[in-house]
Amino acid sequence: MIPVTWYLALSIILFSIGMYGFLTRRNVIIMFLCIELMLNAANLNFVAFSHYLTDLHGQVMTFFIIAVAAAEAAIGLGIVLALFRNRRTVYSDEINQLRG
Amino acid sequence: MLSKFIFLYCALVIVITGILAVRFRNPVHSVLAVLVLFFHMAGLYLLLNAEFLAAIQIIVYAGAILVLYLFVLFLVNIRQEIKTERFVANHNISKFISFLVFLILIAVTQSFRLGTPGKWTTDAIRQATHTKALGIEIFTSYILPFEIIALILLVAVVGGILLAKQDKQEVVMAQKEGSGSLTRGGKK
Repeated sequence: MIPVTWYLALSIILFSIGMYGFLTRRNVIIMFLCIELMLNAANLNFVAFSHYLTDLHGQVMTFFIIAVAAAEAAIGLGIVLALFRNRRTVYSDEINQLRG
Repeated sequence: MLSKFIFLYCALVIVITGILAVRFRNPVHSVLAVLVLFFHMAGLYLLLNAEFLAAIQIIVYAGAILVLYLFVLFLVNIRQEIKTERFVANHNISKFISFLVFLILIAVTQSFRLGTPGKWTTDAIRQATHTKALGIEIFTSYILPFEIIALILLVAVVGGILLAKQDKQEVVMAQKEGSGSLTRGGKK
């Protein structure tokens, strides 16, 4: 039997990697990809808890998170397309129109 | 023993491909690394007796969401992308912040205790089959969230199409400009 803390540790590592990528990368599309990594870390936590608590609520929550991630990807990539059309760039540090 | 070995293998691949996805210069390589990561995540779900979620993980994440990402990646001029700087100017601060969050979360894990167990033991799930057990939960105690998520998906898809749609005026302007389609990409 695998201890539940192993799953927690893996989830924490994955979340930190996603956060590192989100904060450091310039490309907006890769930043969205890193958000997916963080959502997956949360999913792993939910499923692990669900298994070790012998309860299905965590897995239902994972199901909803996957649906929200799909919605987030559709909206986010639509925003990237609109942004690219207006500014001709996908780099987060070049989008500084509001800086004045 | 075998399950521990499988867990360690999946965990190792997940961590390595996660780091590679963040570090790769070519964004297409990043997306492919994340694809491998999602497959091993599905393997972990199988290890946790969540067969339906493993299938959903592969179908929705690897099959739908990542393909969406690959399509939008056509915006980027790959040859230019490989030459330009990947990270923001002061990324050492970000590195420090994410490492700090990692340490804090690891420290918090020490005080973790499992709560009271529920009624769906592994045997009960196996008897009812996992998909049916999950369906019973979704369509009884989670019916309202289920309807709300359906609405969210509908709104998101309509919104995504509306955001990505090109106005007629813009099409005319783009043709005058001579740049044509969006797929050219790159910074002007």
